[in-house]
Order: sequence, then C-alpha cells, then structure tokens
Amino acid sequence: MELHLILLFMILASVLAVEARDLISSVISLSAVGLGLCLAFLILKAPNLAITQLVVEILCVVVLIRATIKKDLPLVRDGRWFFNTISTALFVVCFLAFASFALKELPNFGEPVMRVSGEYIANSLEKTGLKNIVTAIALNFRSYDALGEAAILFAAIIAVLAITRKTGRINEK
Amino acid sequence: MSLYFLCLVLFCVGLYCVLRKRNIIKIIVGLVIIEYAVNLFFILAGYRAGGRAPILAKDQEVLNMVDPLSQSVVLTTIVIGMAVMVVAVSLAVRIYEKYGTFDITKIRRLRG
Amino acid sequence: MKNNQTGMTLIVKTITRLTVGLILVYGIYIVLQGHISPGGGFAGGVIITLSFVQLMLAFGKDTALKKVNQAKCIFLSGVAAFIFLILAVCGFVTGHSPGFRDGHSTFFSAGLVPFCDIAISVLVGSGLFVIFLALVLLTQEQE
Repeated sequence: MELHLILLFMILASVLAVEARDLISSVISLSAVGLGLCLAFLILKAPNLAITQLVVEILCVVVLIRATIKKDLPLVRDGRWFFNTISTALFVVCFLAFASFALKELPNFGEPVMRVSGEYIANSLEKTGLKNIVTAIALNFRSYDALGEAAILFAAIIAVLAITRKTGRINEK
Repeated sequence: MSLYFLCLVLFCVGLYCVLRKRNIIKIIVGLVIIEYAVNLFFILAGYRAGGRAPILAKDQEVLNMVDPLSQSVVLTTIVIGMAVMVVAVSLAVRIYEKYGTFDITKIRRLRG
Repeated sequence: MKNNQTGMTLIVKTITRLTVGLILVYGIYIVLQGHISPGGGFAGGVIITLSFVQLMLAFGKDTALKKVNQAKCIFLSGVAAFIFLILAVCGFVTGHSPGFRDGHSTFFSAGLVPFCDIAISVLVGSGLFVIFLALVLLTQEQE
C-alpha cells in the first residue's frame, strides 16, 4: 500500500520536472523523485542502497544547479509539433501495451526465484567472514564488477578533465 | 503486478522527456528519471514478502532474506549513472560556451 | 545573484565551520564499518566528497583550494585506483582469497575487503571532487 503511494508521488514529481518552465524548478522536482526512490528502497528492505542513493542524488543535484544556474530556457512551438507529439504518445502507448504482456511472465511480486542467491546467503559467513551480504557479493564473490566500476569512474574523471581543458580554446576563429 | 506497471510508467515519462524536449538540460533530467525507474524495477523484482534486510545479525537465526544479488548490481549501477550524468553536464556546459544556447535545433555544425 | 568570490552569508559560514568536520568523520565511519553494517566504500566516498563541496560552496573557490590542491587530488585518485587494482588481482597470485580471519565482527575479520573499501572511498572521494572543481572553474571563466 505504501509502495503504491510512493510510486504515485514519484510519477507526479517527474511529470512536474518534465513540464516545468523554469530550469531550477525542474531540478528541484528531480530531487523530490530521488527522495521518493530512497524511501522506496527503505521500504523494500535495502538499507545499503538507500544510503548510496541519497548521497549520490544530493551530489547530482548540486552539480546540476551549480553548472547551469545562470542560463535561460528557450521554449518555442513551431514546425511539425502536432505530428511529433502524436507519434510519441502512440509509441509510448504501444510500449506499455506490449510491456503488460511481458510482465505476466515475471514471477509474482514477493516471490523471487533466488537460485544463486540462496548459495550466496548460505556460504557467506564461512567463506568470507562478512556479515553484510551485499558487500560480500559486490566485493568478494563478484569483485571484478567492482574493478570495472572503478575503471568507469576513472574514465569519467579523465573525460571531464579533457572536456574542460583550457588548451582547446586557442583554435577559435 | 500493478507496481511493475507503475514503474514502467515512470520510465515512459522519462522517455517522453528525452524524445520531445529541446533544451539539453531537460534531456539530462529525462535521462536521470529513466535511470531511477530502471533501478527501482530491479529491486522490485527481488523483493520477498515478509523478508529481512540482507545483514546477518547476531541473534536472529531465521534466514528468509530479500534477494541480495539484485541489490549489489543496483549499487554499482547507481554510481555509474552518476558518472554518466556528470560527463553529460560538462558536455552541455561546453556546448553553451561554444554556441551560446542550449537549444538542440540550433546546434547543427559538427565541425570542430 | 550569488557572488562566488567571497562565498555565502555569515550564517552559512558559521554553520559550515561547525559541520564540515562532522560530515568528514561520518563519511570515514561509514567506510570503516561497511562490512558489518550497511554502508561500504562508494557511499562513504561520496560523503567525503560532499564535505569538501560544502567547504567550497560556503567559502568560495580560493579558500577551498588552499586546503586541497587540484593536482594533489588527481594524484591521490590515481594512487588509490592503482592500490585497488593490486588488491583485486591478489587472487591470481595466491590461488584463494587471502587475508586475516580474526574474530567475528572486528576490522580484521574479513580478509582484504576493508582495505578494498578504503581504497575505493579515496578514489571516489578525490575523483568526484576533481570533477566538481573542473566544472566550477569552467563556469566561472564564462562570466
């Protein structure tokens, strides 16, 4: 019951974020969606994820506001506006219709299959000595995923440093 | 079942924003909404009704936990989503510096 | 309109002096007990970044750059990534997962995982702060 309410709140806040005229209002509505997601993670018994989602969302909102605070928003409607809107709405309706057929094949909500996770839970304390099973999976049983994630973070750091370099502006004509 | 459907509706709101908006910052907002919806879908698929959080405590012997595998996958995905968003924002700021606008219909020249 | 050269108002500066150290200590706490309770390296690293970001937003860019240099942060994130790589390929050399097993819920009870957590938190913390500094320097030159 609470999950339905939180999901409805998230959908409402995201519609507000999409349709707001001002950039600051839409970024703040985005942070409301992130807060609803953190509450949903707490209700779904995932405290590790709730902590990570909260702090990551704070940093994302700070970066968005800080990097775009002085710019304006153009909003014009010309060209083939009507045709574009109708075709996008038609695509979304078709997507939802096919998805509702596919969702019937999933196991019921509340009864996961857990074939591999049963082994992880049963052997976690003797093989690794870790009590936090999510950390045991992410850093011991599947530690190469964490290595790949560190590589992606490092590539993102190098990419941002290369994009905001000063020497690229010498060749302006 | 209806929870999965609401999660996909959230995904479609973000998809509509990516497809239809002209401002680059609005497109980035839509991208972040899509990422939130996908993470929520993973965790919804791994929930056990009446389960516990996947932490072994000292005096609790009952082992019916929610699925920890999907939680460790989503932990990685949240941090990767943040890295992608930061690179996209830095690209957007650089585009504003070169073209003077955020409007994507006016950024047509692909030369350096 | 915010004046970025001198930071924010007096109330924000006073409260920042009180809470910056607390946020840093809380981030280190979340990293060090990440293998017993919810937490871990990634969340703790982002909290450490947030304490430096608060310092920079409240006092302006120059005061924050006196405490942490940008070149030092890049060097630190590179060193932490290298240490994490060495720890992660230890399994190739020894054939099993090496490490201490000393007690039940202590720091040394889980092998190499707490040290991996520390390396990840330093990588995430200093790397994200470098990204934030680069973005702030870029948008400040546009004025």
